Amino acid sequence: MAERANAKAKAGRRKSGEPEFVQLLTPEGDRVDHPDYTVDFTDDELRGLYRDLVTVRRLDAEATALQRQGELGLWAGLLGQEAAQVGAGRAMRPQDMAFPTYREHGVLYTRGIDPIMPFGLFRGVDQGGWDPNEYKFNMYTIVIGAQTLHAAGYAMGIKYDGKVGDDNGEAVIAFFGDGASSQGDVNESFVFAAAYNAPIVFFCQNNQYAISEPVVRQTRVPLYQRAQGFGFPGIRVDGNDVLAVHAVTKAAMDNARRGNGPTMIEAYTYRMGAHTTSDDPTRYRQGAEVEEWKAKDPILRLGLYLNKRGLTDDAFLADVEKEAGKVAVHLRERVLALPDPAPVSMFDNVYAGGSPLLDAQRAEFVAYEASFEGGNH
Amino acid sequence: MATETLTLAKALNTGLRKAMEDDPKVVLMGEDIGKLGGVFRITDALQKDFGEDRVIDTPLAESGIVGTAIGLAIRGYRPVVEIQFDGFVYPAYDQIVSQLAKMHYRSNGKLKMPVVIRIPFGGGIGAVEHHSESPEAYFAHTAGLKVVACSNPADAYWMIQQAIQSDDPIVFMEPKRRYYEKAAVDLSVQPGPLFASKVLREGSDATIVAYGPMVKVALDAATAAAEDGRSLEVIDLRSLSPLDLGPVFASVRKTGRLVVVHEASRNLGIGSEVSARVTEECFYSLEAPVQRVTGYDIPYPASRVEEEFLPDLDRVLDAVDKSFGW
Ligand SMILES: Cc1ncc(C[n+]2csc(CCOP(=O)(O)OP(=O)(O)O)c2C)c(N)n1
Repeated sequence: MAERANAKAKAGRRKSGEPEFVQLLTPEGDRVDHPDYTVDFTDDELRGLYRDLVTVRRLDAEATALQRQGELGLWAGLLGQEAAQVGAGRAMRPQDMAFPTYREHGVLYTRGIDPIMPFGLFRGVDQGGWDPNEYKFNMYTIVIGAQTLHAAGYAMGIKYDGKVGDDNGEAVIAFFGDGASSQGDVNESFVFAAAYNAPIVFFCQNNQYAISEPVVRQTRVPLYQRAQGFGFPGIRVDGNDVLAVHAVTKAAMDNARRGNGPTMIEAYTYRMGAHTTSDDPTRYRQGAEVEEWKAKDPILRLGLYLNKRGLTDDAFLADVEKEAGKVAVHLRERVLALPDPAPVSMFDNVYAGGSPLLDAQRAEFVAYEASFEGGNH
Repeated sequence: MATETLTLAKALNTGLRKAMEDDPKVVLMGEDIGKLGGVFRITDALQKDFGEDRVIDTPLAESGIVGTAIGLAIRGYRPVVEIQFDGFVYPAYDQIVSQLAKMHYRSNGKLKMPVVIRIPFGGGIGAVEHHSESPEAYFAHTAGLKVVACSNPADAYWMIQQAIQSDDPIVFMEPKRRYYEKAAVDLSVQPGPLFASKVLREGSDATIVAYGPMVKVALDAATAAAEDGRSLEVIDLRSLSPLDLGPVFASVRKTGRLVVVHEASRNLGIGSEVSARVTEECFYSLEAPVQRVTGYDIPYPASRVEEEFLPDLDRVLDAVDKSFGW
């Protein structure tokens, strides 16, 4: 299957200068066929995907603005990676579990999870503490690559629970970046996933940079080809093509849930903005490169396609904008209202079973704080 | 019969078996722990009886072992991880310190991490380098982890089960040079709570605090000192984080003298914390500065000189003398 895909994509490469990858929608908004992957969205679903992409971009812009206004300590933006995330997120079934890094706001959104969740972390009012099992979406992970092992272990657990084998099986998707592919943990997670044939999809968003380091600093072979060395299929998909990402991810997740083991997907995309709000991308990349990728914008191309199919009109587009704006404004209001934690709460939840040492320190802290009350401080 | 004579190794094996019988979510993970039963045979025959899905032979990847144990814990399992030797825990250090230790805190208490990391630790077995280390202080310094060390078969049997029942991640230190020492184990009566130190021998003239492999040395020192007419109290810390120093304070208030013994290097070791806390709490009871008898601040030396490196009876008794000479 992969070989045929490669042959086909190679032909494409000669024409357009793109690397070989699965593509179903060209940057011009033309639907193309692929021998192995297809999608069967209804018109409404296609419009829904467009709405997702626009909303996710709008939320991300709002977060960036909030950071600029001093309301967030940091924000890791996803501008340019909307199709990779929405395509992957919408390919998950309710029973599936996601292990993100710190940039997967789009996946989170498509899981129907309140978009406010990561803001505790970026505003500094908590460490991102939601209940991963409740949302089937793990907490953001800052240490690069660490979460891929948690994902592999969780997937092993699914297998031990006997929850693989048919279409009702569970599967895991682990997100990481091109930079993360260099980490030992990511490679160890490939080893574990392969050794136990765990139901997991490794989803690498190759956005071409790890902060300032270009992908050539991480690898000499295309990243998806790494999977072969670990004994499972790797596939590269046009990460700016939401239809292709969806098709490829859904196939890989279904394959995993049926008991056929791991797949690695490399979503070939581009981070159009800064790495985070503290980054200055003009120091390490050319404006021309960004312009080139703008022409491949994931929202632009789906919009063109919908337009060619007669699925959009001005009223629809205006409505999408309006709704996305509403969601963003609502988010802003709630972010601003996030309360600071009570200082004494920093002692909470260090241990499930408590600790006398910590109890004593908490008591000391409380007494110290109380000594200021009513004083002249 | 409820009481059996077991080696420490067999006591651990029996304790692990009991924990696996009691709770189907308990899984063991590690290198060579299946057919081989681990290089120290602590998991002997467990894979045969519980199957490959509960006694999981893992790839040779320590970060991978601990990282996937975290994922299994998120999934509701209670993984017990074997690190083959103390010196090989460092590749997993990031997963233990940055991930395992913090999951409960980061998730506001939503994620429990009932993971036990078993580490055969300490020297005295004539091994090559990286096989005789004492990394406990690295973990005791990390909030979110608990660190315990067993010193005898009865504790080994009970403490491993108590550790597995804990919803907190526990670094479980096993004194490898005591693995094959035998003692009677009462399989029906728990010796006490997990995170508590224990007075093993009462005395009135000085207190010796030790843990893991050094407990036997401390007890031997107390026996020798008794022949010289000195009565030494011996306390096994058992829990290194949290430290249970109440019994130590009480003892020092009684004896006025304290000697802390461990194999690990002195600088910023467990002994430093015990010494500081006793100074804070028992200053007016102390007749002499707290003495520490420890390994030197060097990498673990070649095995032909490990006897000189490891605290022994004479060094402990010298420290006692020094305390009395103050
Ligand atoms: C272990 C580790 N080293 C360094 C960092 C600092 N850091 C944060 S993001 C990043 C780059 C990651 O690049 P990549 O994996 O490609 O993901 P992307 O940010 O592009 O999505 C670095 C070096 C970190 N968080 N963790």
